[in-house]
Amino acid sequence: MKNCADVIIVGSGVIGNAAAYYLAKRGASVIVLEKSDNIGDGGSSRNGGGVRQSGRDKRELPLAMFGIKNLWPTLSEELEMDVEYYQDGNLRLGKTAAHIQTLTGLTNNATDCGLDVSMISGDDARQICPYLSEEVTGASWCPTDGHANPLLTTLAYYRKARQLGVRFITGEEVVEIRKIKGKARQVLTPNNSYEGETIILAAGYDSRKIASTFGIDIPMTQALLEVLVTEAQPPMFYQMLGTAAADFYGHQSTHGSFVFGGSSGLEDVNKDNGTPTSTSLTASCICRGIMKYFPILEDIKIVRSWAGWMDVCVDHVPVLSFVEEVPGIILASAFSGHGFGISPAVGTLLSEMVIDGQPSLDLSALRYDRFKAKI
Amino acid sequence: MSKINDRSREIGEYIAQPDDDLIICRCEEITKGEIRKAVYDGMFTITEIRRYLRTGMGLCQGQTCAKLVKGIVARELGVSPLSIEAAMSRAPMRPIEMKVLGNEIS
Repeated sequence: MKNCADVIIVGSGVIGNAAAYYLAKRGASVIVLEKSDNIGDGGSSRNGGGVRQSGRDKRELPLAMFGIKNLWPTLSEELEMDVEYYQDGNLRLGKTAAHIQTLTGLTNNATDCGLDVSMISGDDARQICPYLSEEVTGASWCPTDGHANPLLTTLAYYRKARQLGVRFITGEEVVEIRKIKGKARQVLTPNNSYEGETIILAAGYDSRKIASTFGIDIPMTQALLEVLVTEAQPPMFYQMLGTAAADFYGHQSTHGSFVFGGSSGLEDVNKDNGTPTSTSLTASCICRGIMKYFPILEDIKIVRSWAGWMDVCVDHVPVLSFVEEVPGIILASAFSGHGFGISPAVGTLLSEMVIDGQPSLDLSALRYDRFKAKI
Repeated sequence: MSKINDRSREIGEYIAQPDDDLIICRCEEITKGEIRKAVYDGMFTITEIRRYLRTGMGLCQGQTCAKLVKGIVARELGVSPLSIEAAMSRAPMRPIEMKVLGNEIS
């Protein structure tokens, strides 16, 4: 089988798969190389499913808004698979005066960027989601935000791309990207070599190690996030939820289960034994967080907990960029826990970068060479 | 390269079988036919099948159906069940109420 294609994508996460799909749709030949034996085994299958604009950095917001306006509403239809997208709004909840102050600051930033988001009272929040406790004194409300199922979205892009002839190879770890005549072209794995006119590096945190083989550093680290899943409940609400205190976030899925993420505060120093592992402290801590806002949920059962790594950039927005010193490379990593919601937009933009030579949105704020020393 | 890793490997077309409506994952009510079709949609590992269909994601967390699902997937792919990795086990071992799990400090 041929190991050459127009585009080699490193990483079969939702970003790589979305890029593969949009590229194949426009006629490019694509090979996707995945280190894990499973498709989308990193952050793409291990995130809270938020499809949000509120709370996003100004540099990232245009991507979020573009996707929510143009791509998410018809994504299930386009991929011929239900990705469980809900656009029922996002409530970010506050309980104290300090929380309300934080939320007001975020809201002002977002409205400056043209986003429809506003501060509402605790009672207004309870009008939207009647199960909230009296402890909630206010919230920010963005009616165009929502959530989708990250497992299904990642696999839907994979399935459709595969149907369009994209070649996916799992268990194939990229160890080096090599230049030929001044241009990145060759992608090496322990046993094989692949060649592409363009190479997209979308391997999450592992992108850093791979980028170092062509002399580029992406300043990022990895942080653990942990999530718990409840037994199925009758439909209660479909808003995406978050809190100013960052004590939990989550939503109810189509299946009926609640998917709630949170933290113990010890994430930065969690041990890394090579696989993301739930700690004994976090699930309990998330439960205590949730019950303050939703006392009604105290008797529902937790059936599962899981963890995942986020590739966190030093300035918390992704690197989505050509590399001047290394033509042929496109970097798409360091999504900092926000990659899922913007993945359809990023996949589309990546396909434009490859085929049209430039993206239709200005991505200069996400360049790879934006990082400077403090003095 | 392992047969499972080349996702463009030719495995033919899905052909319906008389017992395709047999329920395999009882918690999530997933049938044999759905699992077989998922393989032809490119889901070659237990982890992918689980994320695609929810097999083993219900109350018993796959303690009942894991072996059956593995057998079905192996047969469709024409490989030995031994070459197929089991899905990751997740805590807690039994479903536990939020108020109980949240009460571990005091």
